[in-house]
Amino acid sequence: MTQAESGTILVVGDPISAELARTLDLCGRTWHGMCFNDDPSGVEPTDGWVGAIIDLSNDPESGWSVARGLRRSDRDPVRTLILVSGGQLAELSHRDDLFDDFCLTPFHPSEIEARLNHLLATAGPIATRSEVVLYENLALNLETYQASVSDRPLDLTYMEYELLKFLVQNPGKVFSREMLLSRVWGYDYYGGARTVDVHVRRLRAKLGEEHADLIQTVRSVGYRFGHLRWRA
Amino acid sequence: MREQQCDYVLKTASERGVRMVRLWFTDVLGNLKSFAISHNELENALNDGMTFDGSSIDGFSRIQESDVLAIPDPDTFQILPLGDKGAAEARVFCDIHHLDGTPFTGDPRQVLRRHVEAARNEGLTFYVAPDIEFFYFNTPQTGERPIPLDNGGYFDLTTRDVTGDLRKQTIRTLEQIGIPVEYSFHEDSPSQQEIDLRHDDALTMADSVMTFRLIVREVAAAHGVYATFMPKPLEGVQGSGMHTHLSLFAGDDNAFYDEDDAYNLSPLAKSFMAGLLHHAAEITAITNPTVNSYKRLVPGFEAPVHLSWARNNRSGLIRVPIAKRGNPLATRLEYRSPDPSCNPYLAFSLMLAAGLKGVREGYELPVEADANLFELDDNALTKLGIGQLPQSLAEALRAMEQSELVREALGEHIFEWFLRNKRREWMDYKTHVSQFEIDRYLGTL
Repeated sequence: MTQAESGTILVVGDPISAELARTLDLCGRTWHGMCFNDDPSGVEPTDGWVGAIIDLSNDPESGWSVARGLRRSDRDPVRTLILVSGGQLAELSHRDDLFDDFCLTPFHPSEIEARLNHLLATAGPIATRSEVVLYENLALNLETYQASVSDRPLDLTYMEYELLKFLVQNPGKVFSREMLLSRVWGYDYYGGARTVDVHVRRLRAKLGEEHADLIQTVRSVGYRFGHLRWRA
Repeated sequence: MREQQCDYVLKTASERGVRMVRLWFTDVLGNLKSFAISHNELENALNDGMTFDGSSIDGFSRIQESDVLAIPDPDTFQILPLGDKGAAEARVFCDIHHLDGTPFTGDPRQVLRRHVEAARNEGLTFYVAPDIEFFYFNTPQTGERPIPLDNGGYFDLTTRDVTGDLRKQTIRTLEQIGIPVEYSFHEDSPSQQEIDLRHDDALTMADSVMTFRLIVREVAAAHGVYATFMPKPLEGVQGSGMHTHLSLFAGDDNAFYDEDDAYNLSPLAKSFMAGLLHHAAEITAITNPTVNSYKRLVPGFEAPVHLSWARNNRSGLIRVPIAKRGNPLATRLEYRSPDPSCNPYLAFSLMLAAGLKGVREGYELPVEADANLFELDDNALTKLGIGQLPQSLAEALRAMEQSELVREALGEHIFEWFLRNKRREWMDYKTHVSQFEIDRYLGTL
């Protein structure tokens, strides 16, 4: 058996449904169940998790916060399958970097098995996305966290960097403050949409007069990154 | 979150070739303190903090428990555009802890953190925007009076606008490090400037005020002049204040705003304002902490003297600015007594504590004082029930000493130390024989 087949899967849910537990047992997987509030690092096997299943259906906030923890940049990301109910599909949007596959609940046991097999069979380093994101004169190196505009380095704080990264990766789209708050800060951040405004101001200040308009305010909606190009 | 932030900080430091990281914190008097560590120590500092001897820092430990721990706040890691080109330097603000990890009671940043978190537990975020005034002067010889760089006035654009250039470069530097500026202009007095910062949460803003004072001084020094935040450096013209705009947000909504009220003020805003007015005298020693502060708080120079509030009356202690286009988000109170020599962590803490006390205990807001108060005599004011701010540091200290609110809000350690230190300052002043007295009395008595 390969490591991917025999290793331990982290299963997170509140609660973990009996259905899910039975399905995993029936396909012969080794797994470790955990509640949202537990710290996965304490129970992690020495050779790491081979994959993770996070059931969002009862508490998406806590679920995403676990998913984010599994994508820390100082280690290989854990391949993650998300379980969501049909009414929660919007939860998935603009969080592509936090999971590899998803499955709707209630699920069919053989679908979980098939998705899990596929997910773990393709294990190995996840194909990394392009390390440098460019928009006009703005460049973000996702590997080194460095941002520059017209070759001038931008000295950003961590949250300013995370916000700019999100915006640059989604140019032309309008985001509400609430959306930005939940996708960039995550739910565990307290402070309301005002936080977003304050960080946008700081980013604009750092971009400098010439480039401040890269982040545009869309009145009574939110913000949009990038310049609109009009085509005849 | 902290783990990701630390990772970001470490990678950034190595990518940008940062050789020195300055660990910043603030003493009780509001002086910025700093010690530098090499980039090799940074990871260690982020994980475990750095121990140092706090006994020689103003208002910190007593000798027998002198070692304290500075734990960097990774969210404040910022590369500074100062110093030699090519050798990047960074700063990070620290929270000071006892060696056992508990928050150190002598650390002003921890005091503000405690207040901000208490408000947060009630669902409120405290936003602050200070308008900071200061003077540029030519460097005088010892004992000389300060010499202004120009004789410009309010909003003036002087022909050889030296101070304008200084201001411009200061603002560029501030913005580069993430301190957005809303307005800036030449203020009323010769070579006096005002820079208004955009609102931010109180803790970030207190950090920004500390950074601001450093940047203003550094830019001035690089041009061979100096900048001062002394509240009243020149006699006969306006002094420097730090009018502070305050608002409380409950989630996404401005808790000070009420569409149906004649002033667009919510009941919460009114009792917050009542709290500030009621406790203003008690917190003045912190918002106006020097002997010189009280030479600014006199009639005739647009500084507040009376404990009153009004909408468009700049003679009162609290002004309710009329929000542009009735924008609910911009509804706020402007507290006008503080000056830029204060410790911003402690000043913001006490403004919040006084306001929230009014909210919790449902204080009644006195009527608006829309007459120009400076034209009324003491009898008329008493009739209106309008008291005055303390007239001297000694009076302010007496009011503070009797205040349960301030004692509780600052904690015993800072409360006692501050009173002791400032009483000494007052005694030094009291025993000084001034030029005023020589001129006035020597020949005639």
